[in-house]
Amino acid sequence: MSGERPSNRREVVRGPRRDVRRRPTRPVATEVDEQTALGQVYLRALIRSQLRLGLAAVALVVLPLLGVLAAAAMWPQVRSLQVGPLPLWWLLLGLLVYPAIFGVGWWYVRLAQRNEDRFAALLDEE
Amino acid sequence: MKAVSAALAMLAVVVITIGLAVFSTRRARTTADFFVAARAVPPWWNASAISGEYLSAASFLGIAGLVMLGGADALWFPVGYAVGFVLLLALVAAPLRRSGAYTVPDFAEARLASRGARLATSVAVVAIGWLYLVPQLQGAGLALRVLLGTPIWVGGLVVAATVLAVLASGGMRTATLVQGVQYWIKLFAIAVPVVFLIAAWHGAASPDVRALAEAKFLQPTTVSMEATTTLQVEEPTEVVAVGQVDGLASQGPLLLAPGRHAVEAGTTLAFPTGAAVPTPVDSQALSGPRWAFPLEGSAEHSGYRSLALMIALFFGTMGLPHILVRLYTNPDGRAARRTAATVVGLVGLFYLAPTVYGALGRLFTPELMVTGSSDAVVLLLPQRAIGGVGGQLLGALVAAGAAAAFITTATGLTVSVTGVLSQDLMGRFIREPVRAFRLAAVPAVLVPLLLGFVAARLPLASAVSLAFTVAATTIAPLLLLGIWWRRLTAPGAVAGLAVGGVLSLAAIGLATLAPSTSGWPSALLAQPAAWVLPLSVAAAVLVSLLTPDRARPDVWRFMVRLHTPETLEFKRSRPQEQAP
Repeated sequence: MSGERPSNRREVVRGPRRDVRRRPTRPVATEVDEQTALGQVYLRALIRSQLRLGLAAVALVVLPLLGVLAAAAMWPQVRSLQVGPLPLWWLLLGLLVYPAIFGVGWWYVRLAQRNEDRFAALLDEE
Repeated sequence: MKAVSAALAMLAVVVITIGLAVFSTRRARTTADFFVAARAVPPWWNASAISGEYLSAASFLGIAGLVMLGGADALWFPVGYAVGFVLLLALVAAPLRRSGAYTVPDFAEARLASRGARLATSVAVVAIGWLYLVPQLQGAGLALRVLLGTPIWVGGLVVAATVLAVLASGGMRTATLVQGVQYWIKLFAIAVPVVFLIAAWHGAASPDVRALAEAKFLQPTTVSMEATTTLQVEEPTEVVAVGQVDGLASQGPLLLAPGRHAVEAGTTLAFPTGAAVPTPVDSQALSGPRWAFPLEGSAEHSGYRSLALMIALFFGTMGLPHILVRLYTNPDGRAARRTAATVVGLVGLFYLAPTVYGALGRLFTPELMVTGSSDAVVLLLPQRAIGGVGGQLLGALVAAGAAAAFITTATGLTVSVTGVLSQDLMGRFIREPVRAFRLAAVPAVLVPLLLGFVAARLPLASAVSLAFTVAATTIAPLLLLGIWWRRLTAPGAVAGLAVGGVLSLAAIGLATLAPSTSGWPSALLAQPAAWVLPLSVAAAVLVSLLTPDRARPDVWRFMVRLHTPETLEFKRSRPQEQAP
């Protein structure tokens, strides 16, 4: 998808248009590479979206755990809840937490790759 | 007999490890090979190697030991160890791989363009590595003593010698091959007996967690005390004592009243069936509902302690130098992410088992709680609960797994510490990098070995959490700010490292030297991550904002490199830094 980029070959835009409105005459990849204001906007958007996604994944894992701890701290009767032969606490923290965080991990991987693909597509467009 | 099979199993692991090292040395030719394995390792194998390196003595033995003593509250340890990888995955893995840095000090130097920041990071890496190595070597000593009856210092010495042999012959490429194999050895070793253990539990008693919580002797049990111990007895207990109890010689039946009893080393106590298991006063062992349910323990402010432990373990994982160096063996950032996500699964799969050992240990090996050797529960439980030849084989299997745990983690940590020592300290005197690497391996192992002889013995998993605390308050802020905040400067990073490292080490030192404090000071000193991490980040941010002129001028280019996929070509931001 990004194998051949026109980054070097399309230096000159030919044609009759000499508008007052400045159009981007260089590929975005170059803007990013050369740290122009426009390139920084693109890059900042990518970093922001990746950071937001990363924090979302962390929150998805950490907030439920904090919630469980807070619930046990505030309501003592929560601590001794039973599910069948097992205390709920052991079921949650000894067993269920592991498949849950594995799922969140792969969810994150998929979305992080999608963010990168979108960024790459954006650079290819221009 | 049981000692022979366990010894043979451990010996086999040592021989296989050194054998693989020697075998793969022939393939490692260049210096780059020597430091970091060639990058052509598939993600799942890389994930096995990371997991193999990560699952240390603390995971293999220590978690079960803590669960045996502390029950519900101890479950945070394995959860924290696993969740730490989610943070590593979501916030660090891909950008760190894309930075092209071999090690954390490499990252610091590249990101901040500063030798000073590199040196400060190196000091933190060595401190974390040594702190982490101490319990590995101590744990090996405990394992060999329990299984073979050797003096406590032998195990650490054996592991240290094995690690040096592995490093001298192969370096990192070796480690990748070996570590991957060892994850599967460890998983197999700890998981296979679980099925039999649960069957034995159903056969021996009503399978009820509350019965485990009570901790009573299932059968008449004779316990020989190896060290002089003060036992806390909760209910009147009729024992047959041979030796000295409460300063009086005893050669027969003795009624232990509720309260504290000093038992001299060398004394044997025979408990009848159904007697409550007494525990050392300083062991923090719980029983009944206080074991079965969370936050009921005797420690003050246990809510804060759990929270601070979570913070240390969550952020500590991303600061472990021997884990971070493995990200580099991925061909690109995306592979690093997939590797880290696979590790979450592999590590989580492993952590299902220690809890079972810890809980069932209360039924089948309660004497370990009396002698304060609960870290040995994984080693002794299979042969005790299952018995016969099958029990012996399973016992040999877990012994092999334990040996794998000590050796892999110790090897990985030693590689990291050695790399830093040889590049940043000895490299100035010794020109040839491979020779410097080999020479630096000696102090890298020897210092923690000596520290382990003099340092107090903590439960393995607690001791490891100290290394996590330092990692969470030094390396983690450096990586998080370095990757996501472009205004971080070298002085800011050094300030964060200094504040985090000094405060966390001071707190841990005070908590160890003055264990008698109580209330909030005790809780804050014993689990400092919750307040040191914010201070460390604040110091790094504040000093960075005060020194904007020290920011790397081309920081945007570095950010392009960190956050964009390698498939995009940037002539200036990513010059010639492509995977082969």
